[in-house]
Amino acid sequence: MYAYTIRRVLIFIPMLIMLSIIVFGLAKAAPGDPFTGKILDPTVDPEVFEQQREALGLNDPIPVQYARWASAMATGDFGTSMYYKGKSVQSLIQERALNTIYLGLFSLAITILVAIPIGMYSARNPYSLLDYSATTFGFMGLAIPNFFFGLVAIYLLSIKLGWFPAQGTISGTEIGGWEEWKSRLHHMVLPGITLGLAGTASYMRYMRSEMLDVLKSDYIRTARAKGMGERNILYKQALRNAIIPIITLMGFEFGALLSGAIITEQVFNYPGIGTLFINSIMNRDYPVIMAITLLLGVAILIGNLLADIFYSLVDPRIRYD
Amino acid sequence: MKQKTILDVKQLQTYFYLEADRVAKAVDDITFSIHPGETVALVGESGSGKSMAALSIMQLIRKPGRIKQGSIRLEGKELLQLTNRQMAQIRGKDIAMIFQEPMTALNPVYTIGNQIGEILRKHQGLNRQQAKQEAINLLQTVGIPRATEIIHEHPHQLSGGMRQRVMIAMAIACKPKLLIADEPTTALDVTIQAQILDLLMQLKEQFHMSLLLITHDLGVVSEYADRVIVMYGGQMVEEAAVKELLQNPKHPYTDGLLASLPNMEEHAERLGTIRGTVPPAYAYPAGCRFSTRCPAVMDICHVKAPSLKQLTPEHQVRCHLYANGGDLS
Ligand SMILES: Nc1ncnc2c1ncn2[C@@H]1O[C@H](COP(=O)(O)OP(=O)(O)OP(=O)(O)O)[C@@H](O)[C@H]1O
Ligand code: SF4
Ligand SMILES: [Mg+2]
Repeated sequence: MYAYTIRRVLIFIPMLIMLSIIVFGLAKAAPGDPFTGKILDPTVDPEVFEQQREALGLNDPIPVQYARWASAMATGDFGTSMYYKGKSVQSLIQERALNTIYLGLFSLAITILVAIPIGMYSARNPYSLLDYSATTFGFMGLAIPNFFFGLVAIYLLSIKLGWFPAQGTISGTEIGGWEEWKSRLHHMVLPGITLGLAGTASYMRYMRSEMLDVLKSDYIRTARAKGMGERNILYKQALRNAIIPIITLMGFEFGALLSGAIITEQVFNYPGIGTLFINSIMNRDYPVIMAITLLLGVAILIGNLLADIFYSLVDPRIRYD
Repeated sequence: MKQKTILDVKQLQTYFYLEADRVAKAVDDITFSIHPGETVALVGESGSGKSMAALSIMQLIRKPGRIKQGSIRLEGKELLQLTNRQMAQIRGKDIAMIFQEPMTALNPVYTIGNQIGEILRKHQGLNRQQAKQEAINLLQTVGIPRATEIIHEHPHQLSGGMRQRVMIAMAIACKPKLLIADEPTTALDVTIQAQILDLLMQLKEQFHMSLLLITHDLGVVSEYADRVIVMYGGQMVEEAAVKELLQNPKHPYTDGLLASLPNMEEHAERLGTIRGTVPPAYAYPAGCRFSTRCPAVMDICHVKAPSLKQLTPEHQVRCHLYANGGDLS
């Protein structure tokens, strides 16, 4: 078990290096730098830009630039923003990254709380009214684009009914403690549901089919033959077997969920990493773009790592591989 | 005076209601009894309804199957009238069952100790500590070495034979009156088959159980059973004491089964098989269900379904050849 975990963590390192090379390569391959676009500004001498390029090391050979960037990243120095003059990338990212992670976790929690019970119910009562409704909702959830659902939610639940705030993370008056968290959660409801919509829909179907499969399996029949009651069958024998692949998949997809937050945050004007990312792309603020891309990559890798470790913990069959 | 019985099955029908209004008559009107301490073998080719008969007794038939009618009495008590909850009190406690596939019959995510322990806690009200100790005792009873370690292991760490022993340990945990073993050795290595069957017989004696042994191996029948029920097409076609059946088979189907038994002296020459295949349970031929394959088929067989005839108090058969009380002429 420990050996397995350590091995898994070690594989993490080369993957991280690969990722950083790809991120760096892509950033370099993209045309333009922070000075492109302003170059036509007649009031500034092009020579000044050239000097700045030189000073920032943008004219160095690519491998040198990579080595400098990568070693800085490794020590936690994400560089300074080219757009917000002098602001460190870290300070730009930190708070927003937390906002995004909260949003991701909140949306995941909604997904788990909705998808798993409904999926289980559907499997227990296939072709019931609720099962059909869930199927319909599932198809809709997968078919409706996130941004559209978000806009409709804002229109109906925020503007018309006024139940939830349409944007931001907190109202601003409540700082610190329980009040702040309440406000945060309140603000996260709409973007959280929007972000988790597609996931909830597909995990619900997945849980249903997984549960149906498990309930057909031989060991469930054995449990029934032992005289175990319905609760034991459902919640002890079946649930654990059915939920293992699902939680694992959620781990694998957590990074993707954060990436999905980019659009949702934009719709809800939620100050997370996604809005920063889009702004940075508009501003060609490469240090920020690269740092965010790398962080999203790391989030995906960590998600995979945790999913793997979780899987080896709950499924005894792979423990000693 | 009638002999005391453990199990009485009467006119049991278990049908599967398939799409397009097809009905698979998996078990169609079977009637038999099991006496205390007796080993009754249920034999027949694949698809003849052996497992469904057993699962019907346990009331573990899954949709689209349903026990259509009949009576199943355990020591005189009608089981088909019990609620689900009441039946769960019987399963594992009074009637236990072992399945064919030991590789998949145990829950992969729980330890052996947990899976044996839960049945003890459920039916005998033991606490965790007592259940653990009793699980160890049971594992030792079924001949598993290192029992104190095995209870902490998971099913995938054990071999097929070991897993089947664990299944047996669970089955005898509450000293049931009746043990149903559905092809308990079919999936196992030949060398282990005899060990498992010997163990079953030994436990049967030790705990005074009756045994319903499902198999399609007549060699096993001759060695372990007291009485045999031959099934074909969801029906009983012959029933007799083992010796009688092996020496004096009446039904052409039983004949065929015996002929396909490899014979020690004459080697493979006598290894005939019954020609043709079992018709699907939703499309039996009219008249006798065996008529499409029977070497002795007569005109009447295509028209009229034979009924079960008592030849002697110990021997009954379902075949028009014996329409006149067993007189072959
Ligand atoms: N889920 C099901 N749906 C439809 N028919 C079924 C189903 N399960 C069983 N049957 C029918 O019941 C009949 C008897 O099956 P059963 O499993 O009892 O046979 P068996 O004698 O145990 O065979 P085997 O030796 O292969 O175990 C089969 O021929 C099949 O047509
Ligand atoms: S009734 Fe006819 S077809 Fe059926 S087994 Fe007897 S002889 Fe054969
Ligand atoms: Mg079977």
